[in-house]
This record gives sequence, structure tokens and C-alpha cells, in this order.
Amino acid sequence: MTHTFIKKLYYGDIPEEKGGGSNYQTKDDSTTWPLWEVFIRSKQGLDHKHAGSLHAADAQMAIENARDVYTRRMEGVSIWVVESKYINASNPEEAGELYEPAIDKIYRHPTFYQLPDEVNHM
Amino acid sequence: MPVQDFEQLFQQKIDAEDKIEPKDWMPDAYRKTNIRQISQHAHSEIVGMLPEGNWISRAPSLKRKAILIAKVQDEAGHGLYLYSAAETLGMSREEMINDLHSGKAKYSSIFNYPSLTWADMGAIGWLVDGAAILNQVMLCRTSYGPYARAMVRICKEESFHQRQGFETLLVLSRGTDEQKAMCQDSINRWWWPSLMMFGPKDSESTNSDQSMKWKIKRKTNDELRQNFIDMIAEQIKVLGMTLPDDKLKWNEERKHYDFGEIDWDEFWSVVKGNGPCNKQRLAARRKAHEEGQWVREAAMAFAEKRKLKTKAA
Repeated sequence: MTHTFIKKLYYGDIPEEKGGGSNYQTKDDSTTWPLWEVFIRSKQGLDHKHAGSLHAADAQMAIENARDVYTRRMEGVSIWVVESKYINASNPEEAGELYEPAIDKIYRHPTFYQLPDEVNHM
Repeated sequence: MPVQDFEQLFQQKIDAEDKIEPKDWMPDAYRKTNIRQISQHAHSEIVGMLPEGNWISRAPSLKRKAILIAKVQDEAGHGLYLYSAAETLGMSREEMINDLHSGKAKYSSIFNYPSLTWADMGAIGWLVDGAAILNQVMLCRTSYGPYARAMVRICKEESFHQRQGFETLLVLSRGTDEQKAMCQDSINRWWWPSLMMFGPKDSESTNSDQSMKWKIKRKTNDELRQNFIDMIAEQIKVLGMTLPDDKLKWNEERKHYDFGEIDWDEFWSVVKGNGPCNKQRLAARRKAHEEGQWVREAAMAFAEKRKLKTKAA
């Protein structure tokens, strides 16, 4: 299978060769703010859930920015932020070894057990 | 495993409506296309703040001012969601910003038109955001997970943008003769550029299948454009205004509105940088970035200093 470069022009997808452009170079920032992952608790009693990420100089700024970006419509009552570099993630290529062992253990689900109708709500 | 097998597995996932996540294997062209599309979408949100920002200080009432500020703030947020989604594909924020400022990366051409009157705040919300929403609703189901999630969030927030735009025009359409004229004039100026937002006609595009096959996009330019025209042609009746196209007519056979020819020379001219406001828009972005540099540096220096202090204590 060969992939041809996509020339189709959808909204927000203008090919570079048609765009003109200049040699303007942004001055290098000597410092780039680190990336943070944001977790929001939408109301008391619920888990914090990953909402997205943002750049900030430190944790306090990350929380303040997260407030502005992710809770403008009362989406949250509590915010966690953690620098993205501290997140360890499982490797998609190991998905087989990690999750397949659970597939054939259907006896771990309540629906595996057939009970007489008289036994309600068990 | 040979590359062909990876590609086959990848396509199987897409066909099964599984989402692709950042750490999953993906073809280079899929990554590239997504980076280009998502970052240009992000740039559109950021540059899109400028025509509206123009009217914040001159909004006709405190209520309208508050609404406009909220809308512009949303757009900054939408830009951020999208930049973050593009970053998961391996392009840094700095690089993206630099490509915008150099003119290498594009943003939606619609923002190269000036916002001349207050009615434009209505027309932008109704027509420009309306056109964008059609795209964005489709993109909620795009195959790249982070992009799809960003779009879901954006669509939730965006619907107020279109409604407030229509309401702004509705108030004007029921106002004085002068306000009515302003309303009509604004619709006249924004109608054709809004139609251009959907891109060239399907018949003029080559290699169009790949984006559809990868389910990055699910509808063609012409399909979306027709949806938009059918929707707006009905809504304008409520305003008692007209659309500036004498060929616009309901076609009973097609069950769609027929419409006149779009000026594609104008479209390409604006894309290439010759629209009424291209230079102004880029200059405003560069200025904001350059003048913010010392703030970014100072914040980082402060954070470092505080870290040292906590360590010492």
C-alpha cells in the first residue's frame, strides 16, 4: 500500500505549497514551560478524570491555567496537575500480554452464574 | 513484522471504529496529516480571536461585552485543546507557533476579512461559527483519539457561539432602519467567505480518498457546504434578510438548495496572503508573542528560584 500526500483541502487543512509563507523566525525562547496533565473532579464523590494538558512554569500556574481552560462552565470542584514527564504509561504493543489473560475468565462476572428465578436481586 | 502488516492492522482498527491513540503505531502520512490539520485548526482558533477582539471595547452594552469576552476566551481555550492534541503526535508547541508566524502553516482564511461593524459580531457567530460547527461535529468522530476528544469539548462550548450570533442579528433585524441595513450589509459581506471555509469543490481535489479512508474526515467539502447552505437558507427567513446570491433556489428534485458559483480566485488569493487582513493578523500574532517573551522567561525564572528555595528549606 502506498500513501500519497493528501492534497484535498478541507477547512483547517491548507497544503503548505499553496500557502506562500516567509522567512520570519520566532526568536528562540531560552526557556520552554513544561507540559502538565490536568485531572478534574467534576463533583464531590466522583473521581478525578483526565481533562487535557497545558504548559505552565510551575504547579501553581498549572492549576490556575487549568481553572481558566477546563472549568469555565463549572466542570470542576477540584484540580490535580502533574508534570507529564512523571507519567508512566503501558506500551500498546504489550497489550496482548497485559490484557488477554482476562478474556477467558468469564467466571469473574456475575452473569456467568445461572440461578433460579426465585433468587431475586443477587 | 513487516510494515505492510502494521498498516493492515492499523486499517483494520480504523475500519472497526477503534480510535488511534498517541502511542499506537501509525503510518507517517497519517501522523503528518493529523499534525497539519490539527495545528492549522488550532491556529484558526487563535487568529480567530482577532476580528472579535476588535469589538470588545466597543460592544454596545455591558451584556454584549461580557458575552463577547466569554466567546473570545473560549476560542483561546479551543486553540489550547487543539495544540495539546497536536503535541501528542510529536510536534512541539514552539514549532507550531513558529510555523504560524512564518506563514508556513495556515489558518482558516475567513479570519483575513475585516470586522467592520457591530453586526459583524453577529454574522461571524451565525455564519462563520455555524460553518465551523458543521466541520467540528463531524470531527467529533475522527479516528485520532486526542483530536476527537478535543472536538467533543469544543462542540459543547461552541453552540452558544452560533446562538448568540444569530440573536445579535435578530435584535438588529428588528431595530431601526439603520440597524436593519447594517445587519443586511454584514450578511452580504460574510456569506461568500463562509462558503469558502469548506474548501474547494470535490471535483477539483486530488487524492481525496485517503483522509476518508483513515476516517480523519467523514464528509466531503461539497456535502458539508450543501448542509450549511440548506440550513442557513431557512434560518435567514427568520431574520427577514436575504442572502446575496440570486441563484439561490430550492431544488425540489435534489431536495437541496441550488446556489451560485463561488469566486475561487478570491479564495486562493486570500490563502496566498493577499486578503484584506493577512498582514495585520500575522503582525498582531507576532507582536503578542514577542512582547510576551519576557513574561514567559520571568515566570520560568521565578519557578526555578522557588524550587531552589523549597529544596533548601
